[in-house]
Amino acid sequence: MERIQIVAIVGSLSFLGSVLLQIKKGKLREEYAFVWILSTFVLIVLSFWRNGLELLGHLFGVFEPLNLIFTGAIFAILIYLLHLSTTVSRLQLQNRTLAQEIVLLREKVENDRTALNDRV
Amino acid sequence: MVKSENHLSLQIQAKKCKWREFMGQLVKIAVVIPAYNEEASIASVVDAINSLSTENLRLTPVVVNDCSRDTTGELIARLKCVPLHLPINLGIGGAVQTGVKFAFNNGFDLAIQIDADGQHPPQYIPTLVSELEKNHWDVAIGSRFIDRQGFQSTLARRSGIRFLQWLLKLITGRSVTDPTSGMRLMNRKAMKVIYDFYPDEYPEPEAIILYYRRGLTFGEVPVRMNERQGGESSIQGLRGCYYMFKVTIAIIFTYLRK
Repeated sequence: MERIQIVAIVGSLSFLGSVLLQIKKGKLREEYAFVWILSTFVLIVLSFWRNGLELLGHLFGVFEPLNLIFTGAIFAILIYLLHLSTTVSRLQLQNRTLAQEIVLLREKVENDRTALNDRV
Repeated sequence: MVKSENHLSLQIQAKKCKWREFMGQLVKIAVVIPAYNEEASIASVVDAINSLSTENLRLTPVVVNDCSRDTTGELIARLKCVPLHLPINLGIGGAVQTGVKFAFNNGFDLAIQIDADGQHPPQYIPTLVSELEKNHWDVAIGSRFIDRQGFQSTLARRSGIRFLQWLLKLITGRSVTDPTSGMRLMNRKAMKVIYDFYPDEYPEPEAIILYYRRGLTFGEVPVRMNERQGGESSIQGLRGCYYMFKVTIAIIFTYLRK
């Protein structure tokens, strides 16, 4: 086993460890954890199985196998970012609706209180 | 859920019948004023609106304080108006929608949006109301460019506006002379549309497509607008480019959306 393999494996495993820790603490939703665990898994497999990359590169007809890693990784990141953008948009809309609901309720409460004060 | 929506549409129906008997009856109008850092001009705008109330036309200023960092919040608490203090900054569209939701929930017959910076002279409100009634519109838009009087904006803005006019005409087949005008009077049917969906930022041109898609009737009324009394326009320089980009995309996609 070469040195770079050991570095890659240790790196991937500690990343996996930190993802699992976040889930345990309840800080990361499982749906997101799934993506991260899956990508870490791919990294670990490729760290052990060096010929795997060559094989995959050959399969996709890539000239330099390393480029496959970059292309695949960038593509995955883009998709994930798009997913996050839609999530943020949805959260923003929900946030707005909640803020408006709070304002309208507060106005109603204030109104009721003044009406009550007038009567008492 | 379905049940409550039915209930809501019944309410609209009931209001619609009432609408026919408007002539000579008391009309309750919520004047929605979105305010972000408008301490310089808000008081005079609110006072001007209050002074316009008559026996048949009761105007209620609804000031939506969009989390201002100046003293707008404390100021409007002391004015004769309904103060709505947003806990977070929602942008102009979110603020207007808040006011419209208030108007709809509290049974107002009409709601009109007026800028807090003094650009929209409130004395045109009765004109907009009578035009809306006369033409049976759902929305009446105050336009600077029919009579071409009063403040006419800068050259860059006018060319942007010309492009929007062309785009809207292409899509709706109708000419709208002042698509960026924020001075809009709406009935309950239109309020319900805004209640359900309204853009966050730069909502005006997009809203016209929204009216068109939801089958609302609308028209324009000549209005002489002023230059802003206080505050700064949010659309300057690079923001102008972003504005055109955002609005164009939004217009096209609002049209394509079901």
